[in-house]
Amino acid sequence: MQADLLQYDFIVKGFLGALFASITAGIAGTYIVTRKMVFLSGGITHASFGGIGIGYFAGMNPVAGAALFGILSAFGIEYLSMNHKIREDSAIGILWAFGMATGIIFIYLTPGYAPNLMSYLFGSILTVTDADVAALGIMSLVLIVYFAAFYRTILYISFDESFARTYSPLVNAFKYVTTALVALTIVLNIRMAGVVLVLSLFTIPPNIAMLFTRVYSRIIVWSVISGFAGTAAGYIISYYAGIPVGATIIFTLVIIWLTARMISRLSGSLRRKAHLIKKSNLPIN
Amino acid sequence: MNIKDSLLELDSVSVTYDREIVLEDIDFRVRENDFIGVIGPNGGGKTTLLKVILGVLPVLKGKIRFRDDMLNMNSIGYLPQVHTGDAGFPVSVTDVVMSGMMIRKKIISRMSSRDREKAHQIIGELGLAGMENSSLDELSGGQLQRVFLGRAIIGDPKLLLLDEPGNFVDSTFENDFYGKLRDLNKRMAILMVSHDIGIISSYVKSYACVNRKLHYHPEAEITNEQLLAYGCPIKLITHGDVPHTVLKAHS
Repeated sequence: MQADLLQYDFIVKGFLGALFASITAGIAGTYIVTRKMVFLSGGITHASFGGIGIGYFAGMNPVAGAALFGILSAFGIEYLSMNHKIREDSAIGILWAFGMATGIIFIYLTPGYAPNLMSYLFGSILTVTDADVAALGIMSLVLIVYFAAFYRTILYISFDESFARTYSPLVNAFKYVTTALVALTIVLNIRMAGVVLVLSLFTIPPNIAMLFTRVYSRIIVWSVISGFAGTAAGYIISYYAGIPVGATIIFTLVIIWLTARMISRLSGSLRRKAHLIKKSNLPIN
Repeated sequence: MNIKDSLLELDSVSVTYDREIVLEDIDFRVRENDFIGVIGPNGGGKTTLLKVILGVLPVLKGKIRFRDDMLNMNSIGYLPQVHTGDAGFPVSVTDVVMSGMMIRKKIISRMSSRDREKAHQIIGELGLAGMENSSLDELSGGQLQRVFLGRAIIGDPKLLLLDEPGNFVDSTFENDFYGKLRDLNKRMAILMVSHDIGIISSYVKSYACVNRKLHYHPEAEITNEQLLAYGCPIKLITHGDVPHTVLKAHS
């Protein structure tokens, strides 16, 4: 009875976690991928590990520390590169390593054993708490409302920021708010897939979606669906095969992406062939 | 000066960029139905002039005054020199054209079916019918240029700013493009930056020579001597029975 209940809880948490992770990563991921911010997001992710270390050391919630670090580093990178004080990719590279170093030093300095270190690096559904799932659920709602309300604005600023600037003085404010939301989304997903693997939750699903559609809103929807398929499948496979869940999810997503690529290539060449046949059947006069 | 005669007036405006003076003590006004060719050497401040009018660059000294109905930001349409938009970005031709109405939509930016109809109408006018749902990487440079012109004019601006529009126009569309501008000029003033005086001379009504200073030349005809006097070291191409290029005489 006890074991059943535990298993039930485990499944529900796993299902909701996978669902909310797919929604948040699908929406934020579409923004990241289409704006070519993948490397920037990697910087935010790894910088936030510094916050996790300091959180441990100070005895507060590591996720709160990570969120603070993630958002501040995102703003820092945007600010530095916008004012041409340093090349953006260099700023990211420095922050990336600095965050990891800070995290490792503070975890090392923390007296006693840091039990969840591996789960922060590689993710583990087992250590995901109800609060983590609830936070991801709230984030899903926030992102859905934000992207639905400001869809066109986000689309146009992402597409051509300097043109948008000639029309509206609010471009910077929008960029900062969206970046903060993206950073927060990444940090909340670290619990699911870990610092090292989390970014692929954001980058692989939009790339699957973009093989089949060029419409921004549809890319979001298909990212969420393909992300959920990969996460759920990976979760089940890892359970039965007894292998780490984060790595299994990423592996599954890559397989889906490769399969989708093959399908889109095949259907593309079929369509071209059909088109050619149709053309050659036209009467020549 | 009575601002009512002009859409906008620059009153001894100076602008710095990266701590260097780019425009110095400039007086300039744009009236309704103007079609002004902005010429001058590279780095002379032509693009800066447009950006100051757009309000993207701050003014160090002097004043810019707009006629009351110009204060609505949608009253200026802008075609940038380089295509800053990412051609691989997932937007359709219709999306891009509609983005020219963004400011009218304030922050919450839903597009109505009427907006969409208007975008389709402009796409048709620009000879792009059938490409409404194409993505940008399917277009040629000239077609892309027309999409961005559509974005600039969909808000029915009173002033259209064009920065080197000739750079991307393919020769088959060149006459259409400038003819289209002439049409648009009936409804809006146009300020066009160009280095190609040979082509624009048959369309513009007057010139502004920008080389840190600004000299306004109120006629459509301009000679090498005048350019020299304005401190505008650029090559002038003249029209004649035989197409030819006139180069500066040997000393």
